[in-house]
Amino acid sequence: MKFSEAWLREWVNPDIERDALLKQLTMAGLEVEAVEAVAAQFSGVIVGVVRQCAKHPDADKLSVCQVSDGDNTYQVVCGAPNVRAGLVTAFARIGAVLPDNFKIKKAKLRGIESQGMLCSAAELGLGDDHDGIIELPSEWQAGSDLVDVMQLDDITIDLDLTPNRGDCLSLKGIAREVGVLNNTAVAFPKIKPVAATIDDVFPVSLTDAQGCPRYLGRVIRNIDPSASTPLWMRERLRRCGLRSIDPVVDVTNFVLVELGQPMHAFDLKNIKQGIVVRMAQAGEKLSMLDGQELALDDQTLLITDANGPVAIAGVMGGHRSGVQDDTKDVFLECAYFNPLTIAGTARRYGLHTDASHRYERGVDFTLPSEAMERATQLLLDIVGGEAGPVNETLDQAHLPQAVSVRLRQSRLIELLGVDIAATQVDEAFARLDFQMTGRDEVDGYVEWTVLAPSHRFDIAIEADLVEEVCRIYGYNNVPSKQPLTTLALRHVELEKNPESVLKRQLAASGFQEVITYSFIDPVLQDLLDPGFAPVTLTNPMSSEQSVMRTNLLGGLVDAALSNQSRQQDRIQLFEIGLVFRQEESGLQQTSRLAGLLWGGREAESWVGQSNKMDFFDAKGAVDALLDWAGLLDVTFSKASDPVLHPGQSATIHVQGVSVGRVGRLHPEIESKLDIHGVYVFEIDSDIALTNVRRIHTGISKFPSVRRDLALVVDQAVPAAVVEGVVREALGGILVDFRLFDVYEGKGVDSNEKSLGLGLTLQSQTATLTEEDIGHFEQIAVQALQDKVGGHLR
Amino acid sequence: MDIDEILNQAQTAVDAAVDLRSLDEIRVTYLGKKGELTSLLKGLGRLDPEQRPKVGALINAAKVKFQTTLDARKTLLEQQQLSAAINADAVDITLPGRSPTLGGLHPVTQALHRIEEIFLGAGYEVVAGPEIENDYYNFEALNIPSHHPARAMHDTFYFSDGTLLRTHTSPSQVRTMEQQQPPIRVICPGRVYRRDSDLTHSPMFHQVEGLVIDKGISFADLKGTVIDFLQRFFEKDLQVRFRPSYFPFTEPSAEVDVQCVHCLGDGCRVCSQTGWLEVMGCGLVHPNVLNMSGIDSEVYSGFAFGFGGDRLAMMLYEVDDLRLFFENDVRFLQQFN
Repeated sequence: MKFSEAWLREWVNPDIERDALLKQLTMAGLEVEAVEAVAAQFSGVIVGVVRQCAKHPDADKLSVCQVSDGDNTYQVVCGAPNVRAGLVTAFARIGAVLPDNFKIKKAKLRGIESQGMLCSAAELGLGDDHDGIIELPSEWQAGSDLVDVMQLDDITIDLDLTPNRGDCLSLKGIAREVGVLNNTAVAFPKIKPVAATIDDVFPVSLTDAQGCPRYLGRVIRNIDPSASTPLWMRERLRRCGLRSIDPVVDVTNFVLVELGQPMHAFDLKNIKQGIVVRMAQAGEKLSMLDGQELALDDQTLLITDANGPVAIAGVMGGHRSGVQDDTKDVFLECAYFNPLTIAGTARRYGLHTDASHRYERGVDFTLPSEAMERATQLLLDIVGGEAGPVNETLDQAHLPQAVSVRLRQSRLIELLGVDIAATQVDEAFARLDFQMTGRDEVDGYVEWTVLAPSHRFDIAIEADLVEEVCRIYGYNNVPSKQPLTTLALRHVELEKNPESVLKRQLAASGFQEVITYSFIDPVLQDLLDPGFAPVTLTNPMSSEQSVMRTNLLGGLVDAALSNQSRQQDRIQLFEIGLVFRQEESGLQQTSRLAGLLWGGREAESWVGQSNKMDFFDAKGAVDALLDWAGLLDVTFSKASDPVLHPGQSATIHVQGVSVGRVGRLHPEIESKLDIHGVYVFEIDSDIALTNVRRIHTGISKFPSVRRDLALVVDQAVPAAVVEGVVREALGGILVDFRLFDVYEGKGVDSNEKSLGLGLTLQSQTATLTEEDIGHFEQIAVQALQDKVGGHLR
Repeated sequence: MDIDEILNQAQTAVDAAVDLRSLDEIRVTYLGKKGELTSLLKGLGRLDPEQRPKVGALINAAKVKFQTTLDARKTLLEQQQLSAAINADAVDITLPGRSPTLGGLHPVTQALHRIEEIFLGAGYEVVAGPEIENDYYNFEALNIPSHHPARAMHDTFYFSDGTLLRTHTSPSQVRTMEQQQPPIRVICPGRVYRRDSDLTHSPMFHQVEGLVIDKGISFADLKGTVIDFLQRFFEKDLQVRFRPSYFPFTEPSAEVDVQCVHCLGDGCRVCSQTGWLEVMGCGLVHPNVLNMSGIDSEVYSGFAFGFGGDRLAMMLYEVDDLRLFFENDVRFLQQFN
C-alpha cells in the first residue's frame, strides 16, 4: 500500500517528525517497506505564465515564448508541443538547478537567446510524463516556488501490510491507525450525499446474495468526455503509485486509495437491460479490460447483463462494457463482495488487481454508500453530468454480522505474562473504537464483551482481542522471562549416533559436506537413475530444477563438475539428505548418505607424487565408516548397476541385506559429463548412523604369532572368498587376517594370481607351540585347497 | 724402552686418534695380549724378585694412567660421532608436515548444530519430518484454509497429486502435537522450499522452528526465549525488538528484529542503515491450531518461533549472498573448516 505523507497529515497530523512516523508505523505492524521522494531534488523552479508564443524562425519544432514570473518577462525557447500563450507551467529561470545538478544558464538555440527553460514533469522527477511541459492550474500565482505550491517536500510511503490488516489498505484506514497510535483525532473528510437530478435507474438483481449481499449502482449522464483529470488528483494518484488514465477511472481509483472501496464504471450504452450478479457457468467466456480472453469456471462470481458477463466481480471489468474515450453516460458500481467468494479467484486467473487484493482481505461492508457519494461528487466536479439516484440492492441476511467477543482479564494476564490493569484495557478498546457491550467482574478479574467496528473484520475470538490489547500496550513493554517447566531427562539413543556426529566423522576422514538442491535437472536425473520416473514439480522455478532427486548422485556430480571447472584437482564430497521415490507402496522419502571422490589421493606435496584416487579409496571410506558404526558382517558383492562401471562397482551388504553401493561412474556417463575417474558411494543413513553397542571380549595374556602364506589361486577367485575360507577354517584362533600382497606375472601361471596372506594366531588359554601353529597352518592350507583350489607357491 | 717412554708414546697416539676404530687399534697395541704394556708385565718374571713389586706397581700405574686417557678420548670421540649423526639427521622443520586430508562441515550445518545445541541444553528435542507434505499439514492444520490470502505469502511448489514441498517446518510441529500431549518443547530444523530466488532468497533454504506448549506459557516466556537465544547464538549482548505482525498460526504474532550484528546498531550496508536486522517470526500458538491437533487451548498455551538457519549462518559468518551456500564451491566451503 503506497500513500503520500502529506495527504495523511491532512487527515491526521501527530506532532512527530517524519522519521518517527515511519518508525511508529513499522513498530505498529504496518511495516514501512520503502520510502521515496515524490520529486527529484531541484531548486529555483517557479510557476511561470506563457504570455506570448511564436514560431522559432529557424526551427520548426521550437517556439519562442515570453514567460512571466509575475515581475519580469523572459524570452524562453521551448520545444514542447503543448506550449501556448496563456499556459501556466514550471519555469526554471537562469540560476535554477534541475535534477542531476543540471544548472540552467543563458543559452542560444538556433540563434535565439533563451533565458531559462520550461519543464516537463519527467524533467523534475515528477513521474515519467515527458510528452510536453507540465500544465499547472491557471489560477496559480506566477513566481511561486514550485516546491511549495505542489507540496513536493513529500514522500511516498510503501507499507508491506500483512493479510489481516485489510483495513489499512486505504488512506482512511492508515489515518485511523495513526490516530489510534498517537491518541490523536482524525479529521475525516465530510462526505455529503449528492442529490439526484435525473430519475434514471439501471436495474440490478442479486442471484448470489452470499457472494454479493450489497450492490449500489448509479447512473450519471452527459459527462464531458473531453475533460481531463485535474493536477491535484493526478498528483495524489501518482504519489500513491497509480497512473492517471481518464477522469472516470481516476475517480474510482482515487476513492479506492482514499476510502479503500473498489468501484467500477461501466459505459451505460454498452450494458443491456440490467445487472445480474451471479456465479459463472463453466466455460462462459469474458474478454478482460487488459485484452485477454478468459474461459470462466463455475466458482467465479460475475457481473452480467443481458448479453452475458461484463466483469469478474471484485477482480476486473470486461472490455465490452468499459469506459471509452467517447463515453457520455456511465453506470457506477460499488458493492460488497464476500471475501471467501473472491479469495482465490484472482489467483486462479492470474489477475491480481487492486480491487481483488482488497476484497480478498475484506472491505468494510458499510463503506459502499459513502464511497458512492464521494465518487459521484468528484465526477460531477471534474466531468460534469447529471446523477441519478443511488440504487441499492441489499440482502441484509448475508451481510457480515458484528460478533460479540469476550475477553477475560485473567486469561489476558496469563497469556501475556504481565499484569495489565482493567483500565488499560478499557482505554485500548476506546482508542480502537471497539464498542463495549459488557463489563463484569468475576473472581476479582474483569470480563469484557465487545463489538468490533465494521472495518475490523479480523476480530472474531478472544485471542484477537488479546493481540489488540497487546499491540496498544506495546509488544516491547511486555517483560521477558524464561518459561518454567518440568525438568524431564532427554532420551539418548544407545545404538544410534546423532547425525551431527556422523557428519563430523566424515569431515574428519577427509570429506567436505555439500548441500545440494533436492530438485534437479531431469536430464541429469535420468542419466543417474535411468528409467526410474522421478516425482515432478508442476510449477518449478526452471526446468533445471523440476524433478525431485531419487538418489544423491546428481547433486554430488554437479558439485564435482563445477569444482573441476574451477580448477580444483581433488574433490572428496559428501551429502546427507532425503531422496524421493515413488514406489508401489507409495512415496518414500528416505535419508541417504553419499560420497564422491575424484582426483588426487592427497593434495600435491613435497613428500611425493600423489596418485589418483581409485575404487579402493571409495571402498575404504565405506569400510572405515561401517567399522566406525560397529557393524560386523559387512560384505561386498559385484554389482550390476547401470550407472556404475561394471568392473568397478559393488553392492554393500550388512548381514546379507543390501544397504548401498560403491563404485566408479559408468564410463559412458563419465564421457557424457566430461569428467573422468569419479568414484561414488551411497548408503542408507540409518545404517551409517548405527552405533552398535560394543562388548568387551577380553585380551589374551598369551603371545600371538604370525604366519605368512603365499597362496596361488585362479584369478577369478575373489579375495573375499579366500578370506572367508581361512576365517571359517580357523575360527576364533585367527585374530587377524591381512591380505598384504596381490601378484600376477612372472613365476605365476597366466590364469593365476599369488596372494600374500598374513595370519595372526592367538589363544585365549595357552601359548601356542610350534606344533600347534603348524597344525593350524595345515588346516588353513587344506581348506584353501579344498574350497578354492589354492596351493602354496 | 722404559715405562715412561712407552706411556708417553701411547698417550700421544691416543690423542692423535680421530675415530673410535683407530682408538681401539691403539688400545690393542698397548693393552692387547701382545701389547707393549702387557708385554712389560709379562717381562716381570725375568726380574729380581725384590724388584718385581716395585716395577710391577710402576707398570700398573702406567696402565691405569693410559686407560684413563683412553677412556677420556673414547668419550670425546663418541660424543663427536653422535653429534655428527644428529647433524646428519637434521631436517628442515619449516617444510610442511604430512597431514591427513581433512574435510569439513557446511557452514549452514555448523550454524544448525550450534542452534540445536543451545536448545538441547534447555531440554528441547529435535524433530524432523518429510519434505513432501500434504496440504493439511502444511496449511490447513496451521489455520491457513485454501482461500486464505496468507497462502500468497508462501510461494509454494506443487506436485500433480496436490502434495507440495513444505514451505516451513511447521508440519513437524503439527505431527508432534498430534502425537504428544504437553509439555512439548521441540525444535524442527530442516529444508523448506519457496518459489523465490535472489540475494537473500533461495528456492530451498533451512528453517528452524521452535514450539513450546505447557500450562501458563506466555508472551513474556516467548520474548525471554527469543532474546536469550539470539544473544547466546551470536554471543553478544544484542538488542532485540518485537513488532506486531501476522501469521495465521499464531496470535499475537510478532516479527523480531535484532540489533545489526555487524555495526551493532550504528547503521551499515548489512542492515541497510537501519541498525536492525529482521530475523524471525513468532507468536503465541493460535487456539485453532492447538484445538485442531487435539490440545485443549483453554488448558494449555504455547509459543512458536521460526527463522532461517541460512540467514543466521549468513549473519554469523558474514556471508552476503545466500546462493553461495548452495553453489558448493569448495573454495567457499573450505573457509569454514
